Amino acid sequence: MEVGQLQKSFVDYTASLFREGFLDGQFSQLQQLQDESNPDFVVEVVSLFFEDSDKLLNDLTRALDQQNIDFKKVDAHVHQLKGSSSSIGAQRVKNACVAFRNFCEEQNVEACLRCLHQVKQEYLLVKSKLETLFTLEQQIITAGGAIPMME
Amino acid sequence: MSFANSTESNSTTLFTSASLILFFLTFLVAYLIWALSNMARNGVFSRRRRPERMEEAGDLSVTSLGSHEVHVLAVDDSLVDRKVIEKLLKTTSCKVTAVDSGRRALQFLGLDEEKSSVGFDGLKVDLIITDYCMPGMTGYELLKKIKGSSTFREIPVVIMSSENVLARIDRCLEEGAEDFIVKPVKLADVKRLKDYMFGEDGILKQKGGFGKRKLQETCVDDPLSSSPSPSPSPSPLSDLSSTPSPTQTSTSSPSSPISSLLLPSADSSPTCSPVRLDSPTRRLKMSNTDC
Repeated sequence: MEVGQLQKSFVDYTASLFREGFLDGQFSQLQQLQDESNPDFVVEVVSLFFEDSDKLLNDLTRALDQQNIDFKKVDAHVHQLKGSSSSIGAQRVKNACVAFRNFCEEQNVEACLRCLHQVKQEYLLVKSKLETLFTLEQQIITAGGAIPMME
Repeated sequence: MSFANSTESNSTTLFTSASLILFFLTFLVAYLIWALSNMARNGVFSRRRRPERMEEAGDLSVTSLGSHEVHVLAVDDSLVDRKVIEKLLKTTSCKVTAVDSGRRALQFLGLDEEKSSVGFDGLKVDLIITDYCMPGMTGYELLKKIKGSSTFREIPVVIMSSENVLARIDRCLEEGAEDFIVKPVKLADVKRLKDYMFGEDGILKQKGGFGKRKLQETCVDDPLSSSPSPSPSPSPLSDLSSTPSPTQTSTSSPSSPISSLLLPSADSSPTCSPVRLDSPTRRLKMSNTDC
C-alpha cells in the first residue's frame, strides 16, 4: 500500500476510535506531546498501561475469587485501573471502572463479577484497537511517510 | 654660590621626585593588597573552595544567561501517570524528578527522619506536584509534612486527584496547597501553573502561599461560623477569585474546578466560607482514607 492510502486509513481509523468512544481527548493530548525528542512516547505510555492493566486485572480476578472478599482491596485496584485508563484516554475502560466502583461500595459480589467481566472486555477491545493503530503507524513510517496529526 | 644653589635645587628636585615615587608606590601596594584579598575571597587561589562555588552556581540549573530551569518534584504511585506528568512538565521546559511515593519525596528533599540527607543531590526543588491518593503516605500527608518544615514550607505544592471532591480540595488548600488539579492532567493545566507561579526567568513570582491562606486568615468572622454545621461548607473557592492566577489562559478547556472558578469576577472582593477554618466539625471530617 502506498503512503497516501496508509495515511488515510490511519486518519479514518483514529477518527472511528474517537467516534465510538474507545478513546477520548486525553489520547489526543498524548499524541500532541509526542515529538522528535520522544517519537515513541505514545507507544511507551500505552505499553505501560497494558502492563499495569494486565497485572491489575489478574489481581482483581484473584481478589474476587476469595471466600471473604476484601472490597476495599478490590476498590483500590479498580481505582488504579480507572486512573491509568483515564490518563491515556481509554474512555470505555474508565467508564466501566466507574460503574465497578459503585458496586464495590455496595459490596455486591454478583454485580462486581459482572463489572470485572465488562472491564476485561473493554480493555481487550481497546488493546486490540490500539495495537492496530500502532501497526498502521509503523507501516506509514516504513513506507517513508509521516504520521498525520489529528485535529 | 651657584654651586650651592644648584645643589640646593638638585636636592629639592630629588626630594620631590622621591616623595612622588614613594606616594605612587604606596598607592600601588595598597591596590595590590586590595586586589589580592578580593581574589582570595573569591576562591581563585583555593582549590577546595572552587567546586563549592561551582556547585552553588550549578544548582540553579542555568540554561541561559539570567534564566533558571524550574525543577519540579513529581510524586505519583502510578507509573503511567508518572510518565505522563514527566512529559507534560518537560514539554513546558521544567526539570523533573519523578518519585513513586511520599516517603521517597521526603527522602529526596532530605526530610525523611529514617534516612539521612545523604541521598540529597543538592538540586533545589521549585515546585512539588503530588497525587492525592497514594498507598502509605497520601498527598495530603505529604503536603502537611512539607508545610510543617521550616526549610521546605516555602516550596509551592500542587495536588492532583482523579476525584473532584470539594471537601478534599478544600482541605488541601487549607493546608497550604497552591492549587488542585483534577486528573487527567492536561498540558494546559501545567502551562497555566507554570505561568502564574514562575516568571520567564524561572524564579518563583511570589513566596509563601500566593495569598490564599493569608486571605482566609484575614477574613472577617461570619456570625454563622460559630455554629458547627454537619453539612459540608460551601468551599472557600470563591476566595480564589482574587488570587493572582492567569485567568486569561483558563479559557482553553479548564479541566479543574479551580480554573473554572477563577474566571474573572474582577470586582468581587474575597468572601469567606461560613464555616471557620479551625471549626471542629471541619477537622473531624478530615479523613485520609477516602481515596
